[in-house]
Amino acid sequence: MPVPDQDKILTVRGLNVSFSRSAINAVDNVSFTLGRERLGIVGESGSGKSTTGRALMRLLPSSSKTSAEELTLNGHPLLARSEREMRSIRGKEMALIMQDPRYSLNPVLPVGKQIAEAARLHLGANAKEAHGLAAKMLERVRIADIERTMKQYPHQISGGMGQRVMIAMMLLAKPQVVIADEPTSALDVSVRGDVLALLDELVRENNSGLILISHDIRMVASFCQRILVMYKGKVVETLTRLEDASHPYTQALIAAMPDPRHPVRRLRTLDRTALDLAGETPR
Amino acid sequence: MIRIDNLDVAFKSGKTSKHVVKSVSLSVAKAETLGIVGESGCGKSTLLRSLAGLEGAWTGNIFLNGAAVSAERTREQLLMAQMVFQDPYGSLHPRHRIARVLAEPIRAMGLGDGWSQVPAALKQVGLPLEFAERFPHELSGGQRQRVAIARALMLKPQILLLDEPTSALDVSVQAEVLNLLSDLKDEQQLTYVLVSHDLSVIAHMCDRVLVMKDGVFVDEMTREDLQAGHTHSDYAKMLFEASMI
Repeated sequence: MPVPDQDKILTVRGLNVSFSRSAINAVDNVSFTLGRERLGIVGESGSGKSTTGRALMRLLPSSSKTSAEELTLNGHPLLARSEREMRSIRGKEMALIMQDPRYSLNPVLPVGKQIAEAARLHLGANAKEAHGLAAKMLERVRIADIERTMKQYPHQISGGMGQRVMIAMMLLAKPQVVIADEPTSALDVSVRGDVLALLDELVRENNSGLILISHDIRMVASFCQRILVMYKGKVVETLTRLEDASHPYTQALIAAMPDPRHPVRRLRTLDRTALDLAGETPR
Repeated sequence: MIRIDNLDVAFKSGKTSKHVVKSVSLSVAKAETLGIVGESGCGKSTLLRSLAGLEGAWTGNIFLNGAAVSAERTREQLLMAQMVFQDPYGSLHPRHRIARVLAEPIRAMGLGDGWSQVPAALKQVGLPLEFAERFPHELSGGQRQRVAIARALMLKPQILLLDEPTSALDVSVQAEVLNLLSDLKDEQQLTYVLVSHDLSVIAHMCDRVLVMKDGVFVDEMTREDLQAGHTHSDYAKMLFEASMI
């Protein structure tokens, strides 16, 4: 598999995740490397795409079991880190942008304070510097009335604005790896483009690697250089262009999306039994 | 089937008043699917809720099947239009079994206890009969939305009002639910009003699309317009391009 950039930040080899006593691996032997590029992970609910993202951040509950032949960030193994060390890595070297800003921001803290907290924790700034850094970051994510927004609580701002705040908070410390887990699926279609463009701009500027996790294969294809398609915890296909999709699951995912330019009477749905019979052999 | 003349909805709290739907008019023919597309806060859901009889603070005229209805509906008028809500997690009672969820509309309308109609309702949306004994949390998102659709159809309405029926679902499950809605429409000659922010879903389902912005309609597109990508206003063009990423 060719890697666009030889400068690998994150290497994942043979990642397995299982929950409590379940014999089924939620993530099953997943391997990939991330350079300074945009990598997409696509799949349905339950395909293990979010679990992969969380496993990389070591954010899974203690009842789960994560193992890997190799899981390194800049050559340093992640799985051996203590919880304390992980806390200094999360947000500073790796950041996770979550789906719905209404649930993932702290509801009882003004958003300005939450962004400033990232500066205080990871950049060692004092309260005043942190406030300034937060304001600067909000300007970068194109929020118009910065001082007013900083005093507002998450429920007082719109979803699109909330996601901008989330991006500001997560990218303030210029992490090398940004994992965006469905960053736009709680947003209106019209705001989606802006948020993605913003994310792209900031990630490029910091020269970081981005992992975009989503179920919307068309969006991921237009945004990412490489796409991993996951089904039942396994990576079934790695693509650079949608047209090359050869696995029946990937093709079904593409066909399931309504496209006004190519109207069909019925949308194609996933024939799961046929997929299982064909065997999910990775190609 | 549906006609709305100069509908206004304003929410008042104290001295402030917010005019959400501003003098809109529309009509939907029998067995037609009308789509309404717009961003959050444009008033599309409020319009739909007024049609369903869930919103009382409207002025103007609404005609269902040729008869004028007021904010207070009679049972016969309520039977005519049923609604499917966006969030399948929030719209089913968490501590009622599916059978009770489905029987409830029949009971509430005083048409009997409704238990006998549960198996047919489940079958019609492609769910196994065992699901009658389950609780909503034991179902997946797509299955729950099927239950919500079955519940809306319990009273054999002629009009189904769909408020973002698939935006909480994955694309692959969305395809299944959209197919189910098309099949039911063909079988029962239903009239749909579908509200969504996703133009690609609307374009797939609808014969005609109204674009709503700040409480008014700014554009109307036919199926042919959508296929060719023709828009008549800048705002509709922007929405169209955004949904084509």
